Amino acid sequence: MPGFDFSNYNRNAALHARGVPLPKATSTGTTIVGCIYDNGVVIAADTRATSGPIVADKNCEKLHYIAPKIWCAGAGTAADTEFTTALISSNVELHSLSTGRDPRVITCMTMLKQHLFRYQGHIGAYLVVAGVDPTGIGLYTVHAHGSTDKLPYVTMGSGSLAAMSVFESMWQPDLDKDGAVKLCAEAIKAGIFNDLGSGSNVDVCIIEKDKPTQLLRNYEKPNERGQKERNYRFPRGTTAWLNQKVISKEDMKKYVTIETLSGDSNLAEKMDVDS
Amino acid sequence: MTSITGHPAGGEGIGYSFSQPTAAPVKQHGFYPYTDNGGSTLGITGSDFAILAGDTRSTSGYNINSRMVPKVFKIGGDDETGEGAQIVLSVVGFAADGNALKERLDAVVKMYKYQHGKPMSVSACAQRLSTILYGKRFFPYYVHAILAGLDEEGKGALYSYDPVGSYEREQCRAAGAAASLIMPFLDNQVNFKNQYIPGSGEGHALEAKKAEPLPQTHVEQLVRDAFTSAVERHIEVGDNLQMMIITREGIKEVFHPLKKD
Amino acid sequence: MDHFPGTWGRPRNDVYGAYNPQYLQTTGPKTHTSSPAVTGTSVIGVKFNGGVVLATDNLASYGSLARFTDVKRLRVFGDKAVVGFGGDVSDMQYIDRLLESIDIRENYSSNGNMLNAKNLHTYLAKVFYKRRSEFNPLWNHVLVAGFDGEGKPFLSSADLLGTTFSAPHLATGFGAHLAVPILRRLFPEETPIEEISREQAVSALKDCLKVLFYRDARSLDKYSIAVITQDGIDLKEDEQIEGQSWAFAERIKGYGAQTN
Repeated sequence: MPGFDFSNYNRNAALHARGVPLPKATSTGTTIVGCIYDNGVVIAADTRATSGPIVADKNCEKLHYIAPKIWCAGAGTAADTEFTTALISSNVELHSLSTGRDPRVITCMTMLKQHLFRYQGHIGAYLVVAGVDPTGIGLYTVHAHGSTDKLPYVTMGSGSLAAMSVFESMWQPDLDKDGAVKLCAEAIKAGIFNDLGSGSNVDVCIIEKDKPTQLLRNYEKPNERGQKERNYRFPRGTTAWLNQKVISKEDMKKYVTIETLSGDSNLAEKMDVDS
Repeated sequence: MTSITGHPAGGEGIGYSFSQPTAAPVKQHGFYPYTDNGGSTLGITGSDFAILAGDTRSTSGYNINSRMVPKVFKIGGDDETGEGAQIVLSVVGFAADGNALKERLDAVVKMYKYQHGKPMSVSACAQRLSTILYGKRFFPYYVHAILAGLDEEGKGALYSYDPVGSYEREQCRAAGAAASLIMPFLDNQVNFKNQYIPGSGEGHALEAKKAEPLPQTHVEQLVRDAFTSAVERHIEVGDNLQMMIITREGIKEVFHPLKKD
Repeated sequence: MDHFPGTWGRPRNDVYGAYNPQYLQTTGPKTHTSSPAVTGTSVIGVKFNGGVVLATDNLASYGSLARFTDVKRLRVFGDKAVVGFGGDVSDMQYIDRLLESIDIRENYSSNGNMLNAKNLHTYLAKVFYKRRSEFNPLWNHVLVAGFDGEGKPFLSSADLLGTTFSAPHLATGFGAHLAVPILRRLFPEETPIEEISREQAVSALKDCLKVLFYRDARSLDKYSIAVITQDGIDLKEDEQIEGQSWAFAERIKGYGAQTN
């Protein structure tokens, strides 16, 4: 059966009524912005994901793909922005295939608002939708309850006021691409440094007429961590253990399949390890 | 029937095994006399010194009030700058209460010197602070305080408090927003918890690594690493690190920049 | 004629029934302000080389009603300190009366030196903290501007809970969200205030007031601005926000598919 499964609703309502708190979702207490310019549109986001006051992810991606020339920035509940944009992305592609036309931003925005309105705000996705299509340049915000807005520059998330202060004091009607990118990055930085829910790096996505879309991941990195002063490597044998069992590489093949990766070590994000 | 919350089940409604939520209680907009201004503090002692440190960010909600609001204060100094003080207090939690507490303790220590002609000992000051906190048992100072100085033998002394005056002398303590992030690090790096001496024995005979006072530069490095790491993972910690280093020569105050996002 | 003087002149019980003594109750539960009524919005301030600028708009709102449009929320104390009030206007007027009586007392006292802005801020913070501790708060968030004991520019904030903090630039209310990011961008904390000129500071505050008027629904385009320097206070209370731009509005059509 498609859609959401509500079979735990009564159980959860019962637990909640008895004081069991709702599980806490990772939220992208976020700054996201968008701005149109003469030949296209730019959207940008910070990269901090939080769970309460704790930083859950220092470099997450909040710019989501919908179609090659339609992208979406998401604030609110991380899972909701992720799944909603993925769902609409699928449907936009099917729609484009069945009509034989390039997808339009207004179509995508309408599908998003109808989906979100149906769930009366319970899907906590706050989005900035942007793109170019045969009708021109589109930039919209979509709120979790289903309302939308169409403006030359938009901001959303917990850092929306900090970001809006940049637009309201620096925006001009005749921006070019460079100007729009710089302005969006400045707005995100206002969020990063003034809003506790936002932080780390600036991601930018440029969607331009007749040009391939550019996703500039970590366009600016104004918050790189410095070197630690001490070395926290423990000598071998520091951790206590009661007994040991040695499994040789040969024996291990009985339990798992081993595949040795070769080549580019940048394929996966590397973890910080003390040398 | 036992429920997982420990409350007896009390539903009367048909078809439900739990109490139906009644109409929402009439919402009254009351006055709440506390707020949380975020930030974190940390203290570590050595054989002849004590260090108290805190970040300088003041927050309300998702806003930064100011990037430079010190949380560590000299107590019982001769003038406004705190010159001549031998005791240091850090307060984290509700900043207005923290200030009120600091000023009361400062006055007490100054009066002690005026009346007795000698500076108050750290242990006496520690006991007095506990009394002050408990004095507001039913309208508490909403702060986690840490007091530091040198004891009668010249060893580093550190006392940590809960908001209503329960206190204890310790080797190290983290308090405030990132306490739960910093304290396990301190347990491991200062008191060597969960660390054993490699090759010292088999199984239960393995010997635990003994805690001993650390040298001053080592402790300073630990404090800076603790804060740069807390800044990475706690949104309310950042901007600047304030460190007060108490030695026989006096109190040295230093500031280090932290990340501002 | 009865022999109980206590009942003389009172309605007779046998005629009117027993008197309901509840109406005589004069001791009810004591009530306090638990929410503000007529309120002012943001106060914004910046330090510059040789002084401080402070600004507020001239609006006092009653909920969402723009009730009074000519309310002066900057109050001068002595000749070198200004207090900017946000929050409840009646509490502002009460504090203003407090400050006036202190001012008079100080002027009569023989020790020539006036209270400076730093002293004033300490006093106000203690009044706020005392009142919050009595569960009877003064519902304000104020900025105090002037000079400290050493004659250096001083700018600090105090609120209804007694919380205090200072910074080179401050804002209360909506300004904390919208104006502070602008001020931090124009004058980063690490640049010394000696590098900020009076003209730069004033024009930055005017920019902030404009953004606040664009985006704060409880704000007004009429404002007051005070420049405090060692030469005295330059207070203007009937200014108008200039250089607004609403031209973009013409090009906006609807919120979705609508195009004309």
